[in-house]
Amino acid sequence: MKEQLYALRTDAAVRIAQAGDTTQLEAVRVALLGKKGELTAILKQMGKLSAEERPVIGQLANEARGELEGLLAARAAALGAEETARRLAAETLDVTMPGSRKRLGHKHPLTVVLDEVKEIFLGMGFSVATGPEVEWDYYNFEALNLPQGHPARDTQDTFYITETMLLRTQTSPVQVRVMEQQKPPIRIIAPGRVYRSDAVDATHSPLFHQIEGLVVDEGITMADLKGSLDQLAKRLFGEETRTRFRPHHFPFTEPSCEVDISCFRCGGAGCPMCKGEGWIEILGAGMVHPKVLAGCGIDPERYSGFAFGVGLERLTMFRFQIDDMRLLFENDMRFLGQF
Amino acid sequence: MKMKLSQKWMLDCVALPEGLTDKAFADAMTLSGSKVEAVEREGGELENIVVGRVTAIERHPDSDHLWVAQVDVGGGESVQIVTGAQNVVADAYVPVAKNNSVVAGGKKIKSGKLRGILSDGMMCSLEELGLTAHDFPYAAEDGIFLLGEDCDRSLGLDIQTAVGLDDVVTEFEITSNRPDCLSVLGLAREAAATFRLPFAVPAPPVPQGEGDVNDLLKVTIEAPDLCYRYAGAVVRNVRVEPSPRWLRERLRASGVRPINNIVDITNYVMLEYGQPMHAFDLRYLEGGQVVVRTARPGERITTLDGTERALAEDMLVIADAAKPVAVAGVMGGEYSGIMDDTGAIVFESACFRGTQVRAAAKRLGLRTEASARYEKELDPSSCLPCLRRALELVRLLNAGDIVGGTVDNFPTPKPARRLPFVPDWVNQFIGIDCPAEEQAAILERLGCRVADGEITVPSFRGDLEQKADISEEIARFFGYDKIPSRPLRGLADGRLTPAQQLQRQIGETLLACGCSEICTYSFFSPKAYDKIGLPEGHWLRQSVTISNPLGEDTSVMRTTPTPSMLETLARNDHNNNESAALFELATVYRPRGAEELPEEKQIVAVGLYGPHEDYFALKGIVEALLERVGVSGYDVRAVTDNPTFHPGRAAQFVFEDGAFLAALGEISPAVAENYDLGTRVYVALLDFNTLLARRNGARIHRALPRYPAVTRDLALVCGAETPVLTLQNTIRKAAGEMLEELLLFDVYTGSQIAAGQKSVAFRLRLRSAKGTLTDEEADGVVRRAIKALGAVGAALRAS
Repeated sequence: MKEQLYALRTDAAVRIAQAGDTTQLEAVRVALLGKKGELTAILKQMGKLSAEERPVIGQLANEARGELEGLLAARAAALGAEETARRLAAETLDVTMPGSRKRLGHKHPLTVVLDEVKEIFLGMGFSVATGPEVEWDYYNFEALNLPQGHPARDTQDTFYITETMLLRTQTSPVQVRVMEQQKPPIRIIAPGRVYRSDAVDATHSPLFHQIEGLVVDEGITMADLKGSLDQLAKRLFGEETRTRFRPHHFPFTEPSCEVDISCFRCGGAGCPMCKGEGWIEILGAGMVHPKVLAGCGIDPERYSGFAFGVGLERLTMFRFQIDDMRLLFENDMRFLGQF
Repeated sequence: MKMKLSQKWMLDCVALPEGLTDKAFADAMTLSGSKVEAVEREGGELENIVVGRVTAIERHPDSDHLWVAQVDVGGGESVQIVTGAQNVVADAYVPVAKNNSVVAGGKKIKSGKLRGILSDGMMCSLEELGLTAHDFPYAAEDGIFLLGEDCDRSLGLDIQTAVGLDDVVTEFEITSNRPDCLSVLGLAREAAATFRLPFAVPAPPVPQGEGDVNDLLKVTIEAPDLCYRYAGAVVRNVRVEPSPRWLRERLRASGVRPINNIVDITNYVMLEYGQPMHAFDLRYLEGGQVVVRTARPGERITTLDGTERALAEDMLVIADAAKPVAVAGVMGGEYSGIMDDTGAIVFESACFRGTQVRAAAKRLGLRTEASARYEKELDPSSCLPCLRRALELVRLLNAGDIVGGTVDNFPTPKPARRLPFVPDWVNQFIGIDCPAEEQAAILERLGCRVADGEITVPSFRGDLEQKADISEEIARFFGYDKIPSRPLRGLADGRLTPAQQLQRQIGETLLACGCSEICTYSFFSPKAYDKIGLPEGHWLRQSVTISNPLGEDTSVMRTTPTPSMLETLARNDHNNNESAALFELATVYRPRGAEELPEEKQIVAVGLYGPHEDYFALKGIVEALLERVGVSGYDVRAVTDNPTFHPGRAAQFVFEDGAFLAALGEISPAVAENYDLGTRVYVALLDFNTLLARRNGARIHRALPRYPAVTRDLALVCGAETPVLTLQNTIRKAAGEMLEELLLFDVYTGSQIAAGQKSVAFRLRLRSAKGTLTDEEADGVVRRAIKALGAVGAALRAS
């Protein structure tokens, strides 16, 4: 029996080593150690042995079992690793192939810029106010120091609903509505749609967006106006942006100004974008006219304020170098997808 | 309004610093408030063109129409030029474009041979110099410009100097509050103030003449509230001819076409002072009378442009004893103009109320140079000086015989306005520190007088009404660039309102659902309502209507965003975009009568098309949005009668109390066809106000489950018409709180199922917060559900 066990051990080691995969190895295991296996068959002969031989052979048999189990386990581990490696190799992907994309939603470019402007002013303590787009002549003109017959009314070709009701030509009426309802200190921006009867072309649209700003408090000066608009320009167009304030005229501000920023493409040297000027006009502003304050019940001797109005389309077109305003209202997916 | 300023003319009025470049001038003027739009050098593109004299001319040997001329171009140089012009003669002075020169239009001239004869340049016509017959009326229409005695004919002289085509024209954009700057003197005053130079307007001399104007002309102002002043003078024996070159030159530089000496004088004075003038032929002023009055009922006038126009009774006219001869401040009548045989003329220098002129010009659709100035409210003080200036020019040009005296009807002269001089207030208001003396100096340079704490405002500055206006004058000459830039001080609570936060949340959610934001017009054609299938009389057709729209396409304010969305989807489809997923927070406008502003509310519109889109894709987006903003408890109902939608594929979300939340569905094929859509499209509309009112923004953490869930599948058979929502509601109600999730995983109709029936399969995930559910507990839930389902006609599907 001893010889049988030795022979089995030698033979088994070879068969285990030769098992090519886990299935073959399992077959070897069953053949060796199973209920009807070869080791069991040898052990079944134990009954024929003498009492002295039994413990010796028993120990040998246990050693043989232990050894075979060890060999089987080692072989199983090796085969497992090989098989994992084979499977992983078979699973190799061309990792350069395109990913499967989820559809992304795109903010409208006007919203992208408006949200930035809102962030900037919210950070400066401004709230966001709104007002009606279909507005009374009073709020759009009269209360802004533009009485009937005022020549500046002509520069804002107006859509009328009735003699007294119109589509607002500017967001400035929101100033008046806010000042009527809220006592200083006031810090608001009022973005919204405005309407002028301009035929559609690359730079005109009968509908566009403005962002109005208004600050009223004691001791507000033009220095505050400059500081706030400087900050807007730098945040929107970069820290190196310079501003230029030019005197201008608006009926509802006095003094009034137009504000240019240094061209963000050429930095002020002059290029086609700024038409060689080095400056790009972006907004109009000024100190709130005392007549406007007084008309809203705010004492102009005690309070002063500044206001500004900026065209959102203009900002957006500069920002993204869009050369045709119509694209903003056509909403082609190929356009929207760029933002 | 634009104003073109001749540099030569301005330099007559103010001595600008030596060596000042055009650009430095333009920049300085812009920064002091007179915005320069463009600077143009006259004849800027001309190069190497000089004065020459034709010394000999003979026919070209090989041509019956060409000539060969020898031209002396000074400095002992003579050039041979072949020309096709027929008006060149020996001894004529001509503009010579030499070899390597450039004529108007940028055309380069080089030596070359014409039929074998060398031509070493070209003689130029007016057109080739960029001039017209108005500049040199004596020049041949088609032929070489033979220089007259009014040109400097020094041989070899640069042609621009020789003919006076060497001015620099600065174009300003003048704001409506500064009609005084629509003049050479006004801008010269601004320039003087900008460069801190002295400035004074010369006072034209009182005219002397034979006779008394009052014998020839009588002026009556019947409407003194509309006509502040009317001054007139008479010139007899008028000699109508072209104006001298210097005057023509200045008009040309100012963008005004020279006509004849009399008309040119009126234009010259207008450009110089900003005061429109008119010249009437005295023959056609019946009774030698000027009556300034409003039009009479039924009166008509044929204006200078030959159009007959009806006059409204509130329009101001200049009339003679019988009829209107001009619309005051707008345009003269057809016989009021100057003709070749005009003998005596009346100069009008008047001031009318701005709003009156503006209204008349607008009503007549006749905006003229004069009306554009008058409507800005001119200064009546300048009427008389301008009249005198015109007469001075008549004398200078020897254009006629001045009749002695002037008629001046000025009912109520206004006293000069006085304002407090408050330098400290100005410094505080602007945020600068500008000494009082400097402030006074700035104001004085602008024509104000400052004394005893008071500013006397000159009559031409009607815009200076209060101290804020004065502060602007100080600020712009102190320099806007020198005002410090200071960040806002003090704390303020900047925040978004709940509605604004919700708008942001809606946008973010729809973006996350893959929808892109669009921006569409708020107005459209009333036909849009037909296109979306709204029946006649539908309440949504009641729109706010624009009375003066650009066109029918943009004439009503939308009451629904559906047409805007469909149009956008259609445009994408027509542009061959395979799919589109869009949304807009669209404002709609619902009229509330003439006494109240319309209701403006927002509708969230979502629109889809594409190979992977269907009704459920749209509904999924709507459900995700509602979940995100925290709106629940709504009922979903099939809608079969909305004409915009497919009758079998539309729903609305409503609350039990009837509040409308959303409508959604596939667009009906008929509507899709109206938009020429080649694909199925899906549109949802959600009411923003309902979202705002019904949302539950509160988020409270729920502990994650500690015990395992049990799942049970339920395959049911029910009538094909039974809504899945009914089954879901029934199961939820019967299962109670143990039902954690109810998932629909299959709906089937077909051969395995009886006709008129459908199979619906749900997976129920059950869980208890108190402990692990036993099979008996789970089965109990399912049994209750099955029992309840029986009541709505659904039974377990036999396996």
